[in-house]
Amino acid sequence: MAKATPNVLAVTGNEAVAEAMRQIDPDVVCAYPITPQTEIVQLYAQLVADGKVSTEFVTAESEHSAMSAAIGAAAAGARTMTATSSQGFALMWELLYIASSYRLPIVMTVVNRALSGPINIHCDHSDSIGGRDSGWIQIYGENHQQAYDNCLQAVRIAEHPDVRLPVMHMYDGYVISGAIGPLTPLEDSRVREFIGPYQPVNPLLDVQHPVTVGPFDGLHGWYFEHKVAQNLAMERAYQVLQDVADEFARLTGRQYGLIDPYRLEDAEIAIVVVGSTAGTTRLVVDQLRAKGVKAGMVRVRVFRPFPYHTFAQALQHVKVVGVLDRADSFGAQGGPVFLEIRAALYDNDPRPQVLPFIYGLGGRDIFPHDIEQAFGVLDEAAKRVRRVSTQRRYLNLRQGRGLEHERK
Amino acid sequence: MSVASAKKRGASPLAVESPGLVEIRWHARGGQGAVTAAKTVAELALGQGKHFQAFPEYGPERSGAPIVAFTRLSDEPIQLYSGVEHPQIVVVLDESLLKAVDITKGAPENAVVLVNSELTPPELRLRYGLKGHRLYTIPATRIATETIKRPIPNTPMLGALARITGLFTLESVIEFLRYEFGKKFPAKVVEGNIAALTRSYEEVRGE
Repeated sequence: MAKATPNVLAVTGNEAVAEAMRQIDPDVVCAYPITPQTEIVQLYAQLVADGKVSTEFVTAESEHSAMSAAIGAAAAGARTMTATSSQGFALMWELLYIASSYRLPIVMTVVNRALSGPINIHCDHSDSIGGRDSGWIQIYGENHQQAYDNCLQAVRIAEHPDVRLPVMHMYDGYVISGAIGPLTPLEDSRVREFIGPYQPVNPLLDVQHPVTVGPFDGLHGWYFEHKVAQNLAMERAYQVLQDVADEFARLTGRQYGLIDPYRLEDAEIAIVVVGSTAGTTRLVVDQLRAKGVKAGMVRVRVFRPFPYHTFAQALQHVKVVGVLDRADSFGAQGGPVFLEIRAALYDNDPRPQVLPFIYGLGGRDIFPHDIEQAFGVLDEAAKRVRRVSTQRRYLNLRQGRGLEHERK
Repeated sequence: MSVASAKKRGASPLAVESPGLVEIRWHARGGQGAVTAAKTVAELALGQGKHFQAFPEYGPERSGAPIVAFTRLSDEPIQLYSGVEHPQIVVVLDESLLKAVDITKGAPENAVVLVNSELTPPELRLRYGLKGHRLYTIPATRIATETIKRPIPNTPMLGALARITGLFTLESVIEFLRYEFGKKFPAKVVEGNIAALTRSYEEVRGE
C-alpha cells in the first residue's frame, strides 16, 4: 500500500477489507483460504504474526470447520470474524443456519465467486445469493471504499441489541477483490470509537450465569417460535441498518441507505443491479440521459432483509424495470433479485413491468453496450401497449456449445 | 506532465481524444512484472491526485503464460468496471507475443503501441506485418539485464512509457521507485532500476 495523496490509498478490495479487520481487531478470526478471498486471510495471518492485532487466529482445515469454530468463539462471547468465497461458502452451508439461529453476531466477508461446475474462479453472485434464506443479514458493496465501509458497519449492525444476527458483506471477486482502486480509510481511533466495545449476550464463558446453547428442541419445543423470532429480528434490522449508516455518514460524509438509487426521480425505465456493475450502469444512464432517454438505476445494497417497501416506493413511477441478476435460479421465473423486485412491485398501482436479465455468470465481462442493450429492451417495452414476455434475456451470451440443441 | 511538455521533449504527444480517461492494456508473460507495472502507473496517478484503476485479467497463473492487465487513469472518479476494449496505449513486454496474441485488438488508429524489442519500429513492422498505430520499441530485456542484472523488463518499459506518453515524468517514477523499492531491496538494486528507467527514457525509438 503506497501513500501519496493524503488519506487516499491505492489498494486491492481485499487489502481494503484486511485493513478494516485490522482496525476492528476482533477477538477471534477463524478462516480457511479460498480464491479470491485468500489475500484477506493471508494479510490477516501476517498481521497476527507481526503482533499488529490481538486477535486469536484459528486456522481450520475447511470452511465447515472455520464456521464451526467461529460459532464456538462467538457463543463463548468473542467478537468473531471470518471470510470466504464460492465453494467455501457452500461448504459452510449447514453452519450458516446454526450461526443465525443461535443469534451470534459473526461478521463474514464474502468475496463473490461462481459455484462449480464447471470449475470457475471468477465473479458471480451465486454463492452468497444462495445463502439468502440462511438468516444472515446480507449487504452488497460496489467498490473498494464500500467493501471497507460495509465491513465496519457490519460489526455494529450484527451486535445491535435489536438485531443480534450474523452479517455477511459482499463485493465482486477479482473485479474489486484483485483490482487496485482508491480507499480513504478512517483513523484507527475513530474506527475503535465507531464500533465500540463488544458486550456479548449470554456468553458461555460467563460461568456465573450458565446457559445452554444449541440443545435438542423437539416436537413439543419452541422451534417454530424461535424461527419467528429470527424473522422479527430481520424486520428490526431495517431501522438499525439505516441508523448505523446515518451514524457512519456523520463520521465520514459517505451516506448509505438500504437501496442506492441514481437519477431515478423522473425515470421511465430503470435497471436494478447488484455489485460493481452498478458503476458501469451509471455511466450508461448518463449517456442515455444525454440523448433524452429517461433512464435510471437502483443498486441493491441490502438484500437481506430485502427492503421491498423501499423498492416499491422508489420504483412506483417507473414504467418498465429491468433486473440484472448475476446468479440464476434454475427453473424459476427469473433470477433471484428479479423475483424479489417483481414481488415487491406487485401491489403497486399502476404496476410496472419487470423484466429479467441474466449477465456475468462465471465472470463473463459486462460492457456498457451490453447494459445499453438491456435499456433498449426496456425502452421498447415502455412504448408498447401490451406487456412483453418475461422470458429471461441474457447479456453478452455467446451462441453455440449446444445451446441451440437445448432450446429445441 | 502535459501533452504540450511531452512535445517539448521531442516525443510524440499522446493524442487522447477524451483527455478525461486514459486506458492502457498490458501484454506480457507471467513473471515479467506486467501486473506490477500496471499497478505502478496507477500509484503514480494517485501521486498526481488523479483517479486510477489497475487490474489483471486473471487466467492461468503460471510463469510464461500470456497475461493481460489494464490500467485506467482519469480526472474523474472511475465507475467503469468492465475490461478495456479500446486502449489508447498498448504495452507489450514480450516480443514473442506478437505471434500469439492480437495485441492491437480494439485499439484506435492513433493508439500508442510500445513493444519490448531489439528491433526498430520499421523492422518490427516488417517482421510481424504490423500496420497502423504509432509504434515504439525499446530493448527492455537487454537494458534490464545490463542495469538490474535480471531480465525483468517492467521497469525499463515504465521509463519508455514516461517519455512517449507524458502520463508521468521520469522524475516522478524515479522518486516512486526509490521510495517503494527502497523499503524492500538493497541500494544496489534500487540504483539499478533507476539506471534502467533513465536509459529506457533515452533509448526508446519511434518512427
